[in-house]
Amino acid sequence: MFDILQILLSESFWSASLRIATPLIFGVLGALLCEKSGVLNLGIEGIFVAGAMVGWMAVWLGAGLWGAVLAAALAGALFGLLHGILTVPLGLSQHVSGLAITLFASSLSYFSYRTALPTVSSPPRIGPFQPLDIPILSDLPFIGPVLFQQTALTFLALFCVFLVWYVLNKTALGVAIKAVGDNPNSVDAQGLSVYGLRIGAVMAGSALMALGGAFLTMSAFDAFFFGMVNGRGWICIALVIFASWRPGKALLGAILFGAFDALQVRLQTEVGAFVPSQVFLAAPYILSIFALVIAARRAEYPRALLTPWFKGQR
Amino acid sequence: MNSNKVLSLKNLSKTFGSVKANENVSLDLHRGEILALLGENGAGKTTLMNMLFGHYMPDSGRIEVADDAGHFSDLVLGHPQAAIAAGIGMVHQHFTLAENLDAVDNIMLGAEPLTRMRRNRHEAEKKINALMENSGLSTPLDVPAGRLTVGERQRVEILKALYRNVRILVLDEPTAVLTPQEADTLFENIATMAAEGLAVIFISHKLREVLAFSHRIAVLRLGKNVGEMATSEADEQKIARMMVGSETSLPIRQAATTGAPVLHLEALSVVGRGRRDSLKAVNLTVLGGEILGIAGVSGNGQAALAGVLSGMMTPEAGKIILNNEEVSQIDPAQMIAKGVGRIPEDRHRDGIIGSMSVAENMIIEGVDGHRFQKNGLLKRENITEHAKALSVEYDVRGPGIAAPAQLLSGGNIQKLILARVFDKKPLLILANQPTRGLDMGAAADVARRLIEARSRGAGIVLISEDLDEILRLADRILVIHDGEFAETHTRDRAELGLLMAGQAA
Repeated sequence: MFDILQILLSESFWSASLRIATPLIFGVLGALLCEKSGVLNLGIEGIFVAGAMVGWMAVWLGAGLWGAVLAAALAGALFGLLHGILTVPLGLSQHVSGLAITLFASSLSYFSYRTALPTVSSPPRIGPFQPLDIPILSDLPFIGPVLFQQTALTFLALFCVFLVWYVLNKTALGVAIKAVGDNPNSVDAQGLSVYGLRIGAVMAGSALMALGGAFLTMSAFDAFFFGMVNGRGWICIALVIFASWRPGKALLGAILFGAFDALQVRLQTEVGAFVPSQVFLAAPYILSIFALVIAARRAEYPRALLTPWFKGQR
Repeated sequence: MNSNKVLSLKNLSKTFGSVKANENVSLDLHRGEILALLGENGAGKTTLMNMLFGHYMPDSGRIEVADDAGHFSDLVLGHPQAAIAAGIGMVHQHFTLAENLDAVDNIMLGAEPLTRMRRNRHEAEKKINALMENSGLSTPLDVPAGRLTVGERQRVEILKALYRNVRILVLDEPTAVLTPQEADTLFENIATMAAEGLAVIFISHKLREVLAFSHRIAVLRLGKNVGEMATSEADEQKIARMMVGSETSLPIRQAATTGAPVLHLEALSVVGRGRRDSLKAVNLTVLGGEILGIAGVSGNGQAALAGVLSGMMTPEAGKIILNNEEVSQIDPAQMIAKGVGRIPEDRHRDGIIGSMSVAENMIIEGVDGHRFQKNGLLKRENITEHAKALSVEYDVRGPGIAAPAQLLSGGNIQKLILARVFDKKPLLILANQPTRGLDMGAAADVARRLIEARSRGAGIVLISEDLDEILRLADRILVIHDGEFAETHTRDRAELGLLMAGQAA
């Protein structure tokens, strides 16, 4: 069977899967946080581009790697603020505003990139995050290479899974975010700010999305180029539904998608002679549609998702 | 009771656009007192309570609240948090629970600072359990609120207020969604809490419970105070007169002669949307000239019954025989053609097309004949004439027959629907919650029309959650519970209540 088993058991396959999954983990957590508060953020694709560009450019301009990560997160939060203001107090269509943010954020990123580098033909490189070499752990068979030779950003992504889970399930803030995504009146009746909670959640979620973009230019690759986000944001929107708005399942979904993607690259080399490569490129997306069809039927949507709420209107 | 004043609303006014919702309304409340706040729809009760709780900012006026020691101070207006801090709790008519959270989380929401990183659910649960024991209000704590019954949800709402140590509790139409038994239990619990010092204001339309459980009655009309009285000195007529401002007489049902069956359901099964909202092989006969009342708590199969009779739901099994003829194909147009008149439950959503004119809404079920159209072209003159005549006959008031129907008030929308339905002289009338949300005058009008139709020989299926309405209008009563009918001859509220709760009387 084209040695599929051999592929599935190889260290490099799982290592690649986790690497491919990392930006998706950030993105899907970000989308999950926004949607838990009741706001769909279709700005995700553009915020990915902005995160990728800002992270890369900050390093290129001389910032430290972690400083650049912070800058990318801030840029994401700003676009989140814009989306939040448009959709929460102003109550505009979340779809329209989100798509506008995507167009705006990606165009602004390309524009800034071109303005800063008008003449370069090949994108300049930066020194990206290097795989962390943790003594002992990295030398463990199988687990070592898969888990402990990733860059720091992958570990940050895994930590964020825990963080988002903890905030949503263990803190008072998380309870309020879940409540505002289910019935904003419940929060308003307690004198808490519906607008504040929603805008805050959208900003935090957008910052996470931008980190997913930053991973692309600062860890997966070492340069910024056009079209590099390539639909990852949209995949995250689908993965949230697959994950039924649970951080743990979101991680699972991201890794599953990463594995599909890693598998198709390897299968191409095995059977590329008989099957056109486009089939393999499309495979992860087709599989995620199937996964969605199965998972989405049971998904429990936040009840107030997409529904604007206005103060004094009850 | 007199010296123990805890709350004083002084000359509160609030205007929405050109509507004066409240005008110089004043109200006092004492420790341990249960005050019933009454008024017709639009009299400004809910607006007043929303100002008290800080949801609305009054245009003018003050609110004074006593602290534990009895010292009065001004409440900061327009801030729910200030109201909560002052010991005021409100249970809204539409519950404000997050259905994805359990009771404990719902109760704790907002009671602890958002910055708290580790919540003490355990401690909270202990306190809630103690509260449940003291007040008699019990509810499961670890189930998402969306899966609780309406009564349980309401108890969570009240517990939410008690958890914040309220001294003043406001309940907006607390029994609108409860069975009579649940309502009685609720008021017994409230009485217990009031005896311990809680001051309670409740809004209600049900005069019976107002008379049975309140200490004092305050009435609003058109946004103004019109009177107050001790409950011991009140009776239904007195209150009704104060609310409406004139005498309204409820129509009196006289014995009528019944005719041949107009509707017959045989072993009819319908799968509804909700968990319990289906019909399980039910049988039913409606005779011409009778009003059959279907009593029950909503969500027990009423929607499925109404859906089938209006042609909007297809049964799984069973027969529908209308006027001795089996209905083979069920769709709305067929049912109308076979003489079914429909007064839908949600009159705004299903009864009218809001953006179309009053005149158009009046002919919406009759465009297949040649009276209002020819070859697909509308006959405007006939339509206008028809609408004018019906508006006069059924007293539909509003900005005119050319105006969009959504501009009419709820009562006038209902009159529009009655005009459309009754003008066709239907054999069978499905009246689903026909007076819900209407004020007394409009409700009396609807009742009168139904009785008229019955005298003419129509069979009427009256679905209502208002037991008083059923008792007043129905010739025969069926209780619906969990998709099944129980025929009953009793007119006793308590027995009917038990049947509504699914317990055999």
